[in-house]
Amino acid sequence: MTKGQAISLQKNDGGSLTAVRMGLGWQAAPRRGLFGSRTREIDLDASAVLFADKQPVDVVFFRHLVSDDGSVRHTGDNLVGGVGQGGDDEAILVDLQRIPVHIDQIVFTVNSFTGQTFQEVQNAFCRLVDETNGQELARYTLAGGGAYTAQIMAKVHRSGPGWTMTALGTPANGRTFQDLMPSILPLL
Amino acid sequence: MTAELVRGQNHPLTQVRLEVRVSAGTPVVAAATLSDEQGTIRGVEWVAHPGAPALPGLEVSRQAAADHRLAVDLDAVPDAVHRVDVLLALPTDGRGPVRFGAVAAPFVAVTGLDGTEVATYTITGLDAETAVVALELYRRQGAWKVRAVGQGYAGGLAELFADQGLAEAHALANCIQSAVAQSHARAVPAPASGTTDTDRVHRHAATTPDSGVHATQPGQHAGPTQHGGPYGRDASHGMPAEPTPAQAGQGADPARPGPAGPVDYTHPGRQRTAPPPSPPTAPPAPQGQPTGPVAGDATGWSMDERLYNQVWGMFEDLARTTAAYRSAVDFADSRMEKELDQVLSDPRSRIGGQGDAAREAARARHADLVGQARQALDRDLAQLQAEADVVEPALPPAYARWDNPVWHGYRVPMEMPMALRVGDLHLPESDPLRIPLLVRLPLERGLWIDSGRAGSLDGSFADSHELRQGAMETAVALAARLLAVHPAGEFTLHVIDPAGSAAGSLAPLTRSGVLAGPPAVGAAGVSEVLARLTERVDLVQMAVRGGAADALPPGLDTAQQLLLINDFPHGFDDRAVTRLRYLADEGPAVGVHLLMVADREDAAGYGPLLDPLWRSLLRLTPVADDHLADPWVGHAWTYEPSLVPPGSQILQQVLTQVAQARTKYM
Repeated sequence: MTKGQAISLQKNDGGSLTAVRMGLGWQAAPRRGLFGSRTREIDLDASAVLFADKQPVDVVFFRHLVSDDGSVRHTGDNLVGGVGQGGDDEAILVDLQRIPVHIDQIVFTVNSFTGQTFQEVQNAFCRLVDETNGQELARYTLAGGGAYTAQIMAKVHRSGPGWTMTALGTPANGRTFQDLMPSILPLL
Repeated sequence: MTAELVRGQNHPLTQVRLEVRVSAGTPVVAAATLSDEQGTIRGVEWVAHPGAPALPGLEVSRQAAADHRLAVDLDAVPDAVHRVDVLLALPTDGRGPVRFGAVAAPFVAVTGLDGTEVATYTITGLDAETAVVALELYRRQGAWKVRAVGQGYAGGLAELFADQGLAEAHALANCIQSAVAQSHARAVPAPASGTTDTDRVHRHAATTPDSGVHATQPGQHAGPTQHGGPYGRDASHGMPAEPTPAQAGQGADPARPGPAGPVDYTHPGRQRTAPPPSPPTAPPAPQGQPTGPVAGDATGWSMDERLYNQVWGMFEDLARTTAAYRSAVDFADSRMEKELDQVLSDPRSRIGGQGDAAREAARARHADLVGQARQALDRDLAQLQAEADVVEPALPPAYARWDNPVWHGYRVPMEMPMALRVGDLHLPESDPLRIPLLVRLPLERGLWIDSGRAGSLDGSFADSHELRQGAMETAVALAARLLAVHPAGEFTLHVIDPAGSAAGSLAPLTRSGVLAGPPAVGAAGVSEVLARLTERVDLVQMAVRGGAADALPPGLDTAQQLLLINDFPHGFDDRAVTRLRYLADEGPAVGVHLLMVADREDAAGYGPLLDPLWRSLLRLTPVADDHLADPWVGHAWTYEPSLVPPGSQILQQVLTQVAQARTKYM
C-alpha cells in the first residue's frame, strides 16, 4: 500500500471490525559524538480524534490517554523511539463495540512533536491492526517520505451496523493533532 | 548519598532490606555465604547459590548473568549469622572468559528497595582470579555494615570456599557450576510431571531424566505454600514459581556430592515462594452465551486485593459507560437544536407543512440517537448489575454493607484489610446499581462528616438537630467499622465530644468498652487529648527521621489512632485549632487519623483560615448527596453513607467481640 491510497476494508466473512489497534514505530536518533546526551531525540506521537457528525468530540493523545468513555486507549507516550525492528513504540487501542453511539468517525494521525520531518527519521512506520486476529489492515512507511511532519493516516467510520476503515495517508504539517484539524476536516 | 568504597573500607547500613546489584561485563555467577560470629560457615546450607538460590533473608539468581540483583533482608537471616559474603565467580562452562583480568572490573552496589544507592564498589585489580568475594555485610554491635572486600581466588570457588573453612568446598563448587550450566541449557522450563492443578506441590520440574526419579516426601512441601522470599509476596516478580532442577525433590541425601546431579542444599523445612492462588474462574457457560460474572475476577495477590480491584474496575466502567451515554445525549440535544434553528430560519418552512415535517424529522433523529445510547447504557448497566450481584455477597466485612450476612459471622481479623467501605456511590442514570466506595487503609487523609444543612438533596433532614445526630451516627458507624477491621490492639479510638451532646449516638462505643477512655469533654478535655496525640506524632516522626524506631518511650501505643471529634469548633481555643491542623497535616503519615463531625458554618468565625483544613479532609455526608467526583471523567456521584440498618443489633455484636479481643490482648 502506498501513500495516499484509499481503500475500504470489510472483513471477508461479512462481519465487521470489532477492535483495532493503531501502531506507530520508529528508530531512536543515533548517538552522536562525545556528548551522547545532547543528541536530538525524535518524538513521534500517535493521536486518534473522535468525530460525531464532523464535530470533534473527543481526542486520545499523549495528554489524554483514555477517551472519556473508555473505548479508546493510548498505551502511553514514547519520547525517543525504539530500536527500529518493527515493534510498535506507541499504540492506540480502539474497542469499536464500546464507542458511544453518536461517534461515527475516528481519525488516526501521526505527528512529529520534536519537529523532524519524516525524511530524517529512520525506520518509521504506522499501521492499523485488526486486534481480533492480528492481521495488518494498513501500513505506511513514513521514513524518507518527504518533508512533512505529520500524516493523517486513516479513518475508521461507521457503515451500517459495523465499522469500515479507509486508509488516507495524507501528508500534513503540525506539532500536535490540533494543527492538523484544518487538514482533517475535508477528509471526513 | 552514595558512598564509593575502596577495598577494605566499610560503611554503615541504615536499612535492613537491601538489594545488592552486580554488573559485570560478562555473565558471572553470584552467590552468598553466611557465617557466624567466629567467621565459620556452618555448612553448605549456609550458602545461597544458583543450585539453592534462597536462604532465609537472602535470594540469589539461578543463573549466570552480567547483571544480578540479590535481595537481602538482614532482619530475616538467622540470629547466629554475623556476616554475609557476596561472591562472584566466572562460569567454567568454557564459553566465556576464564579470568576476571580479561573482563571489565565488576561493579557492585548496595541499594535500598527504592533503588537509591547506599554504597558502591568497583572491584579493580583482578587478574587471574576466577572467583572473588565482592562485599561483606556484617553485624557490629547490633547494627549492620558493609565492607568492600575484593579478595580474589585464582583457584575459583573451590579455593574460595576452602579458604572460608568449608569442608565440602570442592563438591559445592562443582555443584554450583553444574547448576549454572543446567540453567543455561534449560531453554524452556519442563512441565511439572504428575502434578495436578489442585495439588500445588511443585514436585518435579525435572529436566534431567534422573532427577525425576527421587520422590519427595509429600509432607515436605505440601500444604498451603507460604511466601518465602525475603520481601514477601511483593518481591516475587522475577522469582519464577517453577523450581529449578536443583530443587527437584532430592530430599533423601542433602549432602550427596558428585557430578551426577545438582544437590538440594535448601533446608528441608523451607518452603518455596508460591504464586497467589489462581483467581476464581467462571463456570463454563452454556454454548452461545457469554460467561457470567464472578466475584474476584481481577488481578491481585489475595482475594482481598482482587475484590478491591474488581470494585474499582466496576467504578471506572460505570463512570465511563455513563460518560459515553451522556456525551451521546448531549450531542443529540445540540444537533436537534441546530436543526430546529435551521427550520426556523428557512423561509421555505413557513409554507405549508414543510416546517412541521422537518421539525418532526429532527425530533425523530434525536429520539433515535438517544434510544440507541440508552440501549448501550442499559446493556452495560445490566452487566455491571449482574457483577454487583455476585460481588456484594462475596465481600469481606471491611468492604461489606452492614446488612451483609458476613457481619454475623464476624471474627476479629488477624491482619489489616487493604481498604474500607465508607459508603455507596451511584449516578442518576445507574439507579439502583450501587458501587462500594472503598478507601485505602491506612487512611491517607482524614474524614469529615458534614453536619451542615447545605448539601442535603431531598430536604428530609429539615431539622438541623436531626442532621447533626445523623452525622454523628454515620461517624460512629465508620469508627466502629474501622475498629472492627483492625486486629485486636492495633487500632485505638479517641473521642472528643466537648459539650457531651452526642452521648446517645456514642452509646454503642461507650457501652461496649472499645474506647481507650471516656469521651473527652470541655475545653480541658479537648486540649488534653490533642496535646497527647500531638506529642505522639512528634515522637514517632523524630524516631522515623532519625531511623531509631527503638528509641520510642516504652509506654507508647504503637496502634493506629483515630480521633473522632464532634461539634468542632466547640471547646476549641486557638491553640487547640492549631494542634488539630497539625494532626490533619502530619498525622496520617505516622498513624494518627481524624474523623470530624462538623458544620462548616459553625467555624465561620475563623474566616478562610480553616479552608485548607476542610479541603484536606474527605467530605462525607449523613444523607445522600452528590458531591464526590470520580478520578476519570469527573461525574458528580451521589454518596450514601454506610449505616447500620435500623433496629439491627449487628453493631453491638461486633463491638462486643472487639472489646473482648481487646481485653484478651491487653
